[in-house]
Amino acid sequence: MMISLLWTDVMVWILVLALIAWGWVISHSPQVRKQWHMIFQSNIAISCAVILLFYLFFALMDSVHMRFEVETTEGSEKAAEVQYQADMVSLLDQFFKHSIENTERTYSSPFATEEYTKSIVVDDSGVSKQEYLPLKHAGIDLDKGESSQSDILGKSLFALLVGLLISDLLIALHIFWRSRVSRISFMEQIQQVIQGKTQLPWRTAYFTFAVLIVLFTWLYYLSFSYHVLGTDKVGGDVLYHSLKSIRTGVLIGILTTLVMLPVAVFLGISAGLFGGWIDDVIQYLYTTLNSIPGVLLIAAGVLVMQVTMDNNPQWFETTVERSDLRLMFLIIILGITSWTGLCRLLRAETLKISQVEFVTAAKAFGVSKMAIIRRHIMPNLMHIILISVVLDFSGLVLAEAVLSYVGVGVDPTMHSWGNMINQARLEMAREPMVWWSLFSAFIFMFVLVLAANLFSDRIQTVLDPRNNS
Amino acid sequence: MFAYIIRRILYAIPILIGVNLITFVLFFMVNTPDDMARAQLGAKQVTPELIQSWKEEHGYDKPMFVNAKAEGVDKLTDTLFVQESLKLFVFDFGFSDAGRDIGNDIKQRMWPSLELALPTFIIALITNISLALLLVLFRGSALDTSMMIVAVMIMSISGLFYIIAGQVVFSKIWHWVPISGFESGWGGFKFIILPVLIGVFGGIGSGVRWYRSIFLEQINQDYVRTARAKGLSELKVLFGHVLRNGMLPILTGVVVVIPTLFMGSLIMESFFGIPGLGSYTIDAINSQDFAIVKAMVFLGAVLYIIGLILTDISYTLFDPRVKLS
Repeated sequence: MMISLLWTDVMVWILVLALIAWGWVISHSPQVRKQWHMIFQSNIAISCAVILLFYLFFALMDSVHMRFEVETTEGSEKAAEVQYQADMVSLLDQFFKHSIENTERTYSSPFATEEYTKSIVVDDSGVSKQEYLPLKHAGIDLDKGESSQSDILGKSLFALLVGLLISDLLIALHIFWRSRVSRISFMEQIQQVIQGKTQLPWRTAYFTFAVLIVLFTWLYYLSFSYHVLGTDKVGGDVLYHSLKSIRTGVLIGILTTLVMLPVAVFLGISAGLFGGWIDDVIQYLYTTLNSIPGVLLIAAGVLVMQVTMDNNPQWFETTVERSDLRLMFLIIILGITSWTGLCRLLRAETLKISQVEFVTAAKAFGVSKMAIIRRHIMPNLMHIILISVVLDFSGLVLAEAVLSYVGVGVDPTMHSWGNMINQARLEMAREPMVWWSLFSAFIFMFVLVLAANLFSDRIQTVLDPRNNS
Repeated sequence: MFAYIIRRILYAIPILIGVNLITFVLFFMVNTPDDMARAQLGAKQVTPELIQSWKEEHGYDKPMFVNAKAEGVDKLTDTLFVQESLKLFVFDFGFSDAGRDIGNDIKQRMWPSLELALPTFIIALITNISLALLLVLFRGSALDTSMMIVAVMIMSISGLFYIIAGQVVFSKIWHWVPISGFESGWGGFKFIILPVLIGVFGGIGSGVRWYRSIFLEQINQDYVRTARAKGLSELKVLFGHVLRNGMLPILTGVVVVIPTLFMGSLIMESFFGIPGLGSYTIDAINSQDFAIVKAMVFLGAVLYIIGLILTDISYTLFDPRVKLS
């Protein structure tokens, strides 16, 4: 086995490292710690954070790609040089091997044991008739003709128990760790959690966590014997598609920020602090970029990217690498087109801060420009940056769907909610309707975006100085 | 006033040149005239002579930025960039890959776009502001809190779902309106009503939140307290004072959008089969017709800049303190 990282994998892990480093740095500032403490004091905020972490976990699981050795059959002579399979598999794929392999012929509805449409069968006596064919990989534990209801119910109960067990175990572990840190007994800590007397609303967090774990265990366990969310046109498992799409959505949301943030911060602060021609040039830059309608600018960028990629087929070897490269370019294009809003805000705020007494005093003491930026300006811009990052995240997840529909989104072969919706448009016109693809994409997207929106609301109420009055 | 407008228009020119530069770099540097010629001439044996003649035919046979052969000012002006930009400045958009006159297409397709975008815009504006005022009137109550949660939920759903769900429910199941199509004038009412309603509904979440925050900012001001102190009813305070003073921030966000209404909405138009500029653009993107995309980028930028100028002018109309000079 060989770990082989795609470009976006590298980017996402860099971001994770950066986040950890940032968290370590700010955890030393008592003021910032207090702010975050306040953010998480809200029940909604903490359960949203748990949900967001859950999504992030899936995105990260799906961001470790590896290749396996080709199993050589001709004895051990070739063992010296190891051959690797061409297609990459992510950690998530490893857990969902059964969903990848157990494809059906065509559509089937959630929990169905038969195909969705009738097909023509010729029986032994040569008479052809139309009937629903049974699915190959659904309800495998069933006897012929047995109803799937009791089987599903039994398996659900089992999954429920296992899920509760796992989540309780993990929660107990966390409570134990916290009781060690705060030096009170384990039972006391549990009591506090149950009565809701902890400083942060851990009860809500644990509850959300347990619900998510139970839900996932249920989906996962049943996915071995049923297609829980149905299958798509070519018989692929919709649950697996939706889970794979998490990575695309989350990556577009957070990596675009990674690309956009340095540009916006650097230009915004320079414009606000230095003024003069630097300010003029930067203002001209963002007014110009801003005046082009967003979708069109992105479309233009993507069209050019397609042409460039067609001209340079040597950049990628496999289709996975190709769609990944396209995702990376899309993220860069989105980053280039979306820094203007934040830049304008930062410029205005820097302008305001640089007039305040403490900055004037620092200047008078001969503190260098860099030190002023680091010690006085950056800390005062943090809330703006944070609010806009979280706000942009949900916007970008939604934008991915629209861009995929317009035809300038991610690669059509890539798993993404946008592509799922795009296909669903035709499926809804079928008779009877094929609703489950759209439904799955809808639920997965809605929960993520709603959590991000509610979380950003909380950040805004806590961090925005205008709300303190 | 007049002098101010002239100055603003002159100020717009460097921005438009910048826009042109961006589109030029995007479309000509990466996808050079040679590439275009090859793509247009097809996979048949493409000789350098054929490419040359194709470029001459389409006027692409000049150097990009600096013409070394020319003399004097012509060194900079007799180039592809200046030539292409000048054409755009007089709204000569040239011909699409299919050989149609883009300028003509735009003139025709502008009106269907407007017929959809304008009602959506006006109805959305009225609904959002009245709902926001209602919430501000009952601020802090259960109604306010629950409506705000609903607003976040509406915001969190992709517009595509509203469209697909609307089409399925109202057209496919209930047969109230046709799924898609267009007819200009009042006869087209049945085609327009669903996309307009969906557009309004999809925007309610973010709209109401935005207006509500604007009004709430006003409501804590001293003049509102004074108005209450002199015994004005809460309704009079809201409409007479809060709404009027909230107009200014509202104008900043609203007026700039008005000219871009001509551009139409990409998804709405393509879902509902409305032959406007939005579906025009989407078709162009899908068929990789660079000439149309380029024209639309330029048009969008011009309309946006007009919007900015209109915003400034509207300030003087609504806020007597602002004087344009």
